[in-house]
Amino acid sequence: MDFLNLIWLIPLFPAAGFVINGLFGKRMSKTVVGIIASGAVLISFIFAAGAVFQLIQLDPLHRTHTVKLYEWINAGPAHTSEGPLARFQVDWGFLLDPLSSVMVLVVTGIGFLIHIYSTGYMHDEDGFYRFFAYLNLFMFSMLTLILGSNYLMMFVGWEGVGLCSYLLIGYYFHKKSAGDASKKAFIVNRVGDWGFSIGIMLIFVTFGTIDFMQVGEKVREGAMSGAFHAGDTLFVVIALALFVGATGKSAQIPLYVWLPDAMEGPTPVSALIHAATMVTAGVYMVARSNFIYQMAPQAMLVVAVIGAITAFFAASIGLVQNDIKRVLAYSTVSQLGYMFLALGVGAFAAGIFHLMTHAFFKALLFLGSGSVIHAMHHEQDMRKMGALKDKIPVTFWTMFIGTLAIAGTPGLAGFFSKDEILWRAYSSRQGHWLLWLVGAAVAGMTAFYMFRLLFMTFFGESRVDHHTAHHIHESPRAMTIPLIVLAIGSVVAGYIGFPAWLGGGDAFEKFLEPVFEPLPIPLGPQAEYSHMAEAGMAAVSVGVALLGFYLAYSKYCKRSWEEQREKRQYGALYPVLLNKWHIDELYDALFVNRLKGAGKALWRFDGKVIDGVVNGAAWTTGEGSLGSGWWDRWIVDGLVRFVGGFIKTMSWPVRLIETGYTQNYALVMVFGLLIFIGYVLWGTP
Amino acid sequence: MVTTFHYLVLGAALFTIGVIGVLTRRNIMVILMSIELMMNAVNINLIAFSSRLQQVTGQVFAIFVITVAAAEAAVGLGIVIAMFKNKETMNINEIDLMKW
Repeated sequence: MDFLNLIWLIPLFPAAGFVINGLFGKRMSKTVVGIIASGAVLISFIFAAGAVFQLIQLDPLHRTHTVKLYEWINAGPAHTSEGPLARFQVDWGFLLDPLSSVMVLVVTGIGFLIHIYSTGYMHDEDGFYRFFAYLNLFMFSMLTLILGSNYLMMFVGWEGVGLCSYLLIGYYFHKKSAGDASKKAFIVNRVGDWGFSIGIMLIFVTFGTIDFMQVGEKVREGAMSGAFHAGDTLFVVIALALFVGATGKSAQIPLYVWLPDAMEGPTPVSALIHAATMVTAGVYMVARSNFIYQMAPQAMLVVAVIGAITAFFAASIGLVQNDIKRVLAYSTVSQLGYMFLALGVGAFAAGIFHLMTHAFFKALLFLGSGSVIHAMHHEQDMRKMGALKDKIPVTFWTMFIGTLAIAGTPGLAGFFSKDEILWRAYSSRQGHWLLWLVGAAVAGMTAFYMFRLLFMTFFGESRVDHHTAHHIHESPRAMTIPLIVLAIGSVVAGYIGFPAWLGGGDAFEKFLEPVFEPLPIPLGPQAEYSHMAEAGMAAVSVGVALLGFYLAYSKYCKRSWEEQREKRQYGALYPVLLNKWHIDELYDALFVNRLKGAGKALWRFDGKVIDGVVNGAAWTTGEGSLGSGWWDRWIVDGLVRFVGGFIKTMSWPVRLIETGYTQNYALVMVFGLLIFIGYVLWGTP
Repeated sequence: MVTTFHYLVLGAALFTIGVIGVLTRRNIMVILMSIELMMNAVNINLIAFSSRLQQVTGQVFAIFVITVAAAEAAVGLGIVIAMFKNKETMNINEIDLMKW
């Protein structure tokens, strides 16, 4: 089969699953719903794998395949900022190149595993079919986002995944906190989407097209001919506008606040949407727009700095959180920060590499935490766990592997991608030792909070209450098998990017190279580093991670967790970290309450002024109609009645003839006939 | 010998009886019967003249009148029955819907 020309089908299978489950799921058995939802994603995965396989067969320089399905929008000519007319013409087209290949395999592959997992995890929930319908809709949107060949299609998918995120966070809509969290996610994302849409508009106005390939070509030509220069304000503005969108979707400072709250959704949702796929959309978008970012070094610096700060900031909050999913949520924000750090220093391939490995181990960790929560009967508080190691061994061992991977243990997936990022943060042209320092510190913090999670959950004394303790059980096979598969992935996924300094070929980077080809712009001198330096850096970060592990071990494993001791260790910092640096309160004070105040003021204006005017109009109409009613009743009706009465009164003589007795009329007829006959017989000739 | 004249007298007598019946009787059935009487008086006249003039036209006409009379009787009786069902009366003076 020619999978390359069938890539447009990939998003359609989950869409079909969504329609079937959404319309008829209520009447179908849970097994059928699960099979349809998972099967749709599996078929997508097969088609994606086939297409990617065929793409790899092509010559590396021509590994770009576009399928134009039809012309979606043709809005006629418009002026660009350069002056000449351009048609706003958008195709419903699909683009498969190395970058989208990676994304599509990650999304469909991990998506499929999470679907399988969900059939076990969600089995006893109400609205089982609703969950899978949303999940399939999400897959459709995400695949549209990834495979779309232009910014507008990406935007369609972007909004679609935002919608599904909203629906799935609010899956337990009867809980107020879940409803609030879904609204928060939606509204915060609106801010980002505003930036993204501004970016798209600016791109069209500047280049006269929003097709990825065409924009890339125009930027390249402009840079070659000297029409564009690196650092042109226009590029910086576009890049920053797009980055605002990315901070919303990918939970970076200042718009990260929605992601931790998004943990109100079911755990598979957290794994699929809020760890592995949707939140990486911003990373993907920035990587996809790499030609614009390359022309805007200032914006790249912003991206790198925001990424580094977010990574540090989120990790610091993750140190003391007690909700198992919240720790992972902050960890996700932190790891996304890493990815943006990589993008910001120009190491696009490293960012995407980390995106891929992170998708494996973070999905694994979330699903593992879901398995724990499942075993604990929906208890998410780590303070009420402990010593679960032997009770749920599969969950423990897979989570252990995930923890090792995210902590950067040499040989596991996280090590390769994280060290690639840290190395590039230091060594690339846009890099800086400060960025590296922050990254390395975060690596230590990551190891610390992840092992803290592991130790608090699985080791030490059991803090489980007696009632729950009796019922702890390992999860069904539908849940453990995805865990095992992801655990294997977390180990081996890094090897496709086996680095050169270890004697590998950087295969992953080479694969992505055509997408991230450097633009012909003058750059500063690139310092040369030996493999030894890179190995030394890696050793340092592993050392920092080991330190983090040791601290976690000594504080949470050797001695079981105690709240008082933990509080004492952090001192005055503890409440600040526990309360997430009070950012939510700050935003409440700065924006939310202002908006609420404005809303209340408008409401009062509405109540007093608008309603007053309306009520006044109603009162005036009512009173006025009384007058006109009086006029109608007495004057108009009076006239009519007078005419009727007058005629009635004056017609009494005529009325006498009309007796209503049939025989009277017959008698009159007879008389008339007689008179007529008499006239004929004796009348004048 | 029975001449045309005799037939005409009989017809006139029957017609007059019919007219008087229609005008004076109060029972609708009787009025309908009186109308029948008037029509048959006309038939006698038609037949008489047909015989006298030796033309068949009058007889044909008489047959038409009988046909129409049958139809009229059916319609008339239908109306009477419907009326009786509604008003429970056969008295023509109580059926005065045409009054203003």
